[in-house]
Amino acid sequence: MPNTSIMTFNILSILPVLILAGFGMMVLVVDVLSSRKMGEKNFLAYLSLIGVVIAAFLSKNFTGTTLFSFYGAYTIDNYSLFFQFVFLLCAGLTILISKNYVQRENINYGEYYTLILFSTIGMILMASGADLLNIFIGLEIMSISIYILVGMKRTRLTSNEASLKYFLLGAFSTGFLLYGIALVYGATGTISLRQIAVFIAGKGGVLDPLLLAGMGLIIVGIGFKIASAPFHAWVPDVYEGAPTAITAFMAVGPKAAGFAAFLRIFFIAFGQVHQDWEKIIWILAVLTMTTGNIIALIQTNIKRMLAYSSIAHAGYLLIALVAANNMSVSAILFYLLAYLFMNIGAFAIVIVISQKEDSFLKISDFSGLAYKHPRLAIAMTLFLLSMAGIPPTAGFVGKFYIFSSAIKSGYVLLAIIGVINSVIAVFYYLRVTVAMYMRGPEREFQPLTLSPFIFVAIIISIIGTIQLGIFPAKVLEIAQRSILLLR
Amino acid sequence: MNLPILTLITFLPIVGVILILSIDSRHKELIRVTSLLVSIVVFLISLPLYFIFDTNTYDMQFVEKLRWIPSFGISYHLGIDGISLFLVLLTTFITPITILASWHVERNVKEYMIAMLVLETGMVGVFVSLDVFLFYVFWELMLIPMYLIIGIWGGQRRIYAAVKFFIYTMAGSVFMLLAIIGLFFLNYRATGEYTFNLLEFYRMDISYAVQFWLFLAFFMAFAIKVPMFPLHTWLPDAHVEAPTAGSVILAGVLLKMGTYGFVRFCLPLFPEASHAFIPVISWMAIVGIIYGALVAMVQEDLKKLVAYSSVSHLGFVMMGIFAFNIQGIEGGITQMINHGLSTGALFLIVGMLYERRHTRLISDYGGLTKQIPVFATLFMIVTFSSIGLPGLNGFVGEFLILVGMFKSRILYASIATSGIILAAVYMLWMFQRVMFQNITHEENKTLKDVSKRELAVMIPILLVIFWIGIYPNAFLRKMDSSVKHLLEQVERKVLVTPNIQKQDNPDLHDNSIPKIDIVPEKETEW
Repeated sequence: MPNTSIMTFNILSILPVLILAGFGMMVLVVDVLSSRKMGEKNFLAYLSLIGVVIAAFLSKNFTGTTLFSFYGAYTIDNYSLFFQFVFLLCAGLTILISKNYVQRENINYGEYYTLILFSTIGMILMASGADLLNIFIGLEIMSISIYILVGMKRTRLTSNEASLKYFLLGAFSTGFLLYGIALVYGATGTISLRQIAVFIAGKGGVLDPLLLAGMGLIIVGIGFKIASAPFHAWVPDVYEGAPTAITAFMAVGPKAAGFAAFLRIFFIAFGQVHQDWEKIIWILAVLTMTTGNIIALIQTNIKRMLAYSSIAHAGYLLIALVAANNMSVSAILFYLLAYLFMNIGAFAIVIVISQKEDSFLKISDFSGLAYKHPRLAIAMTLFLLSMAGIPPTAGFVGKFYIFSSAIKSGYVLLAIIGVINSVIAVFYYLRVTVAMYMRGPEREFQPLTLSPFIFVAIIISIIGTIQLGIFPAKVLEIAQRSILLLR
Repeated sequence: MNLPILTLITFLPIVGVILILSIDSRHKELIRVTSLLVSIVVFLISLPLYFIFDTNTYDMQFVEKLRWIPSFGISYHLGIDGISLFLVLLTTFITPITILASWHVERNVKEYMIAMLVLETGMVGVFVSLDVFLFYVFWELMLIPMYLIIGIWGGQRRIYAAVKFFIYTMAGSVFMLLAIIGLFFLNYRATGEYTFNLLEFYRMDISYAVQFWLFLAFFMAFAIKVPMFPLHTWLPDAHVEAPTAGSVILAGVLLKMGTYGFVRFCLPLFPEASHAFIPVISWMAIVGIIYGALVAMVQEDLKKLVAYSSVSHLGFVMMGIFAFNIQGIEGGITQMINHGLSTGALFLIVGMLYERRHTRLISDYGGLTKQIPVFATLFMIVTFSSIGLPGLNGFVGEFLILVGMFKSRILYASIATSGIILAAVYMLWMFQRVMFQNITHEENKTLKDVSKRELAVMIPILLVIFWIGIYPNAFLRKMDSSVKHLLEQVERKVLVTPNIQKQDNPDLHDNSIPKIDIVPEKETEW
């Protein structure tokens, strides 16, 4: 049990969240009051970026403190702060790659940035939630914002379809999650994760069927959000139909938030009954990696390919979840940060290469890129190699860490399946480099319009990918200090 | 003398890359000269390794150690002994030669030279790393430039060959990665210390069942790289499609990483398992030797012929290493160097012919001796070196390997020896068809003899070929104590568990995946 003296209603603890909410609403109001044309509203991006930066500075102030505010419903510890950092970085980079994209695609509405900020709030609540309801509310705030963001391109049929699909399936999965929470509450009489753990310990680590069913339903609900197979069917269509910048955002943000909640629920509440859920997650991990990687092999659209690859990455992360040792928490944290850089970097390049109305998104459209825009091609290669887990990149250290945690707990077979999968994955990542370097151009490349915003985003991603690959020591240490306070 | 020589030779090429990046890609000549100069400087810096090298100790020399990722005990740890010394020198020696030999590359010169220099960093890094994590990083790092060299500057089916090369190597090495992690935790369980230091790993006593699986994982990575039959199929494709310099590097250095891996990792880390695997590896090597030779014999394409001859030659190296005696291992190492030199030279020769006639078919040549006598002489010396004519380098290695093999296993030795005869057959027959007989093609009458640049490419290699052939002691003496120590290490461990010979067939079905229950959950620093 946490010390009761710090279990207060501490409004300061959610200051970053408040800032984000405030700036989000400010963007809306300023958007309405401004008389400029849609394409000229640069200040929307500036404003929301300022909000993210302020929130990041505020949350940095909390480092090292452990705080249970709102009577234990909201936790601040290094773990949630690490996630806050990931979410804010993700939101910031997304805003950077969005600015020119939304102008090009004519979707420069105020809501766009507001919803990004709001969904970031949802993610932060998920990572900080110390009880099931708080996590659920966070998940809803995040999801509903993203449902709308996916359909932001109102005039495009694919975008509408993606939004509807994501909404329907997402609502359905939320139902599962809520039902699971209800069952757990019915069985234990509490929604606090620590109280659930106490309850299970009181029963000698045996789950009654009600609790077991609740746990299973929670796995389904969160499994949907992190896009694990077999709950992944929505991913390719939604990722393809969504505005590309939003695809980048949702490939990282919700996934990271889902894992934040997953880890907290399963390591704290269900930590003692590891043997009851490790097998099911083991199977999920194998299914997720394999499905993602094998279907990615035959994709011709780069967004779909990256969608399936993101499914596969969720599978790798699940490996560490199965391992359930202290190493796996920091492995997941590190991997998510690495994934953030390489994924947003890759999508940023996709945005640069594609043209209005999201044309030129086929892998063959990258043919000959290396001879037209060599720097872009090198950057893209770096991100792809990192996703494939080739040293010296962030992705390699991340995979190394994840497989280490698996082997540490003795899951050798799972690690073997994992590495076989990463070999399969190499094949489709190489296809893009083959197109870029080894084939002649199949189309005229437009002269590059690299705005300073997206340029900065790409540079940050490159630095992140290389830094975490060559000098990961510092970040590894931070990740190791950010483990959950178990049990 | 406290210069960090190993760091310099590993990372100077990267400095060269930065230099080249700052040159405009239109100044092709400047780019070529810069990269050549950089690689020559690297070679010159590496020379003191040979002269200062202390032959009396088996300890690692020129050691450099810096903390890199302390939370995992990973350090930047470099050092060489008599086993890696010559492979390092071979790498720094071959690289400037290949750069000089690729002067004719006109397309994307800048990218090409960058790839070559990054490749050099990767190759040197593999041979000098004493930290296993670092080793793995370099091992994978060198895949990317080689993949690009084959895929961008290669022949007709270059994309297929490049991807195949990448996937094959990657498929092997990921298992090695798992085994490395396994070793890390085993060592932690034994000593309570996080480290990836190879020298610490050497001290571990690993139970045979675990050794078996770890050996298998390392074996996958190295056997694909060597390549051993039947994992060799990527090699002919890669060789044939790669540009000349790519083939030279591939044959000269990359394949040696596999055999080096066996000597550096498999034997000392898993001695019992290595012993148990002798029959398997020997038969794979023997099949490789004979199969490679027979297939080489019927090739119509010069490059393919040389590629398959590599499969055969590397089989000999493996036989030597797994003879488990000093002659065998020293022969194996010597033969690695020899193969790098003579096969590298053969690829250069084929490349020169190709530049002149744009064909590699043996039937398109014939009677060249009269037209291009200097070239013919060079070609002949290299051919003889590859066959193993006494007085040239190939003989020394093959002889030592044979001595080693006959000392340990006569049956294997006598079968494998036939490969030497076959080698003479396919090489001489090829030479005869290309260089002797009558000129059957009009185009061959106007061929130009070797240019000065080509002479500059070939002469250094020929000098070393003669040097090793005539005075092999200059090389063998340097390896002696390291190889002896390696054997002592292996023997000591094998003797401790005397029942090892009976355990040739571990029960594969019992706990088919060893549950490596590594660490108790109590420690908190994660």
